[in-house]
Amino acid sequence: MTNAALPTAPDTRPRRRNAQAIAPWLFLAPGLLFFLFYVIFPVFQSFNLSLYKWDGLGTPEFVGLKNYRDLGSDRAFEVSLWNNVKWLVLYLLAIPGGLFIALFLNQTVRGIRLYKSLFFFPFVISQVVVGLVFSWFYDPTFGLLNVMLGWVGLGPINVLGDPALVTYGIIVAGLWPQTAYCMILYLTGLNAVDPEQVEAARLDGAKGWRMLWYVILPQLRPATFIAFVVTIIGALRSFDLISIMTNGGPFGSSRVLSFYMFEKALSEYGFRMGYGAAIAVVLFLIMLVFIAYFLWSMYRQERPR
Amino acid sequence: MFPTPIEKSSRGWQLGYQGLLPVALIAWLLPLIAVAVFSMKPDVDFTAGNYWGVPSRFAGFENYAKVFFESDMPRYLMNSILITVPTVIGAVALSCMTGFALGIYRFRSNLWIFFMFVAGNFVPFQILMVPVRDLTLGLGLYNTKLGLVLFHVAFQTGFCTLFMRNFIRALPFELIEAARVEGVAEWRIFWFVVLPLMKPAIAALAVLIFTFIWNDYFWAVVLTQGVESQPVTAGITSFNAQYRAAYHLMSAGSIVAALPPVAMFFLMQKHFIAGLTLGAVK
Repeated sequence: MTNAALPTAPDTRPRRRNAQAIAPWLFLAPGLLFFLFYVIFPVFQSFNLSLYKWDGLGTPEFVGLKNYRDLGSDRAFEVSLWNNVKWLVLYLLAIPGGLFIALFLNQTVRGIRLYKSLFFFPFVISQVVVGLVFSWFYDPTFGLLNVMLGWVGLGPINVLGDPALVTYGIIVAGLWPQTAYCMILYLTGLNAVDPEQVEAARLDGAKGWRMLWYVILPQLRPATFIAFVVTIIGALRSFDLISIMTNGGPFGSSRVLSFYMFEKALSEYGFRMGYGAAIAVVLFLIMLVFIAYFLWSMYRQERPR
Repeated sequence: MFPTPIEKSSRGWQLGYQGLLPVALIAWLLPLIAVAVFSMKPDVDFTAGNYWGVPSRFAGFENYAKVFFESDMPRYLMNSILITVPTVIGAVALSCMTGFALGIYRFRSNLWIFFMFVAGNFVPFQILMVPVRDLTLGLGLYNTKLGLVLFHVAFQTGFCTLFMRNFIRALPFELIEAARVEGVAEWRIFWFVVLPLMKPAIAALAVLIFTFIWNDYFWAVVLTQGVESQPVTAGITSFNAQYRAAYHLMSAGSIVAALPPVAMFFLMQKHFIAGLTLGAVK
């Protein structure tokens, strides 16, 4: 594969070479144009729009950096930003969680395949349904959570009605499918672990934690990288669960940037497109740090070819 | 193999493990099982406060019949299909071509274009929201299935290109070289040499994109409004508003909405997991 894209030697007729220079662009054109049109340009349009005041109907009015200055004194923005940090940090628990379940299920007993698929289940159903399922699970009057807390003499608690608990409650709901995703990544990774290395390490007396840390985890690095990428993206994209479970409440205490942006831009009390765009730009800049890191890692992997 | 295979441990451990598996599974799926149970209870159980007791009778059939025959749910499901299937076809078709271009040819901007697709695929949706909504309004496609499909195709092309390009990179390049020596035209190489080898990748992408698009909620809310165009993820909120506090019906509705991707997953499990874990193994 090293010479994968080197120009092929034998055929040097000029028409042939021309065809090979033009062909990639013809193949790229439809997908690339679509992507530029719907994804790349809108990013820049949002940057531009964030400098305007616009209700979505009239003429946009240029206000410079006013939207960003307003963000500085907006309490709701601060709450959303802080909640985003909570999401980012706590969502990463899906990675060790997924690894733990994968290790638990990495056996060859009868029916294990079905168990693996069923454990993966939460990832396949839509976040909307996950949100509904968990809001009923948390429900203070009949939710299963309070029934179980009642058995040990605790509760009842109203997770989604308590400003101090609500974000954590939603993150737990989000962790459910995300852990399943990380689990499947690790199960695939564990499948490819070199058995000879494991045996060799065993002969050297490595066991349990030390084996996991020094022998297994280094071999799982590609799986960990992908788990990290998808979990970070998932955390910053969290919207569905919040919209379904609390609609940002109570008192806006479960908002995150993505939700707050939506609320501002398409609010019932008049659209504030420019302000919404400014929030989205902040979210984008946070994401950009990670995107740059991901691309850099990929670039290093591409080099050796 | 790690951890140590359970067959090599004592009989007691083996039995313990086999006993623990179903318990762990039930605990893991508990919230979902609760909803499944709810969907089979008659409404009198809820008015009587019998939430977690034994159902007074089995009402599964009538609950699901209500969802299918007395609500807008079938229309939402139909919309979901009419949005998801064209998106899958469009995104897979476009990315077969972009993946081929980026995987086979060497030209200066190759890696940059590839990275642009990858980066675009990671972008938070919200930064696209206002411009894309505006664009869709401008095209006269707001609140239409087509408007949603066009955007989904474009956005998914990013992920699909990443997937296809890496897949094509791993194919034996000698095949293409041999075809070129024979003087086969580039588009024929694509159609007759590469495309047949891409079948597994196409299958994997198709199931993945099906699930992603079926489960999309954000764009459904941003770009559509009513029963004539909304997919089931957005429709379920209006369904729930209609049956407020009718938990047996809301549960049945949720299960119906969740089922198609689940069925897809079980039918195409191998491809699904192959797609999802691409790159998880060196």
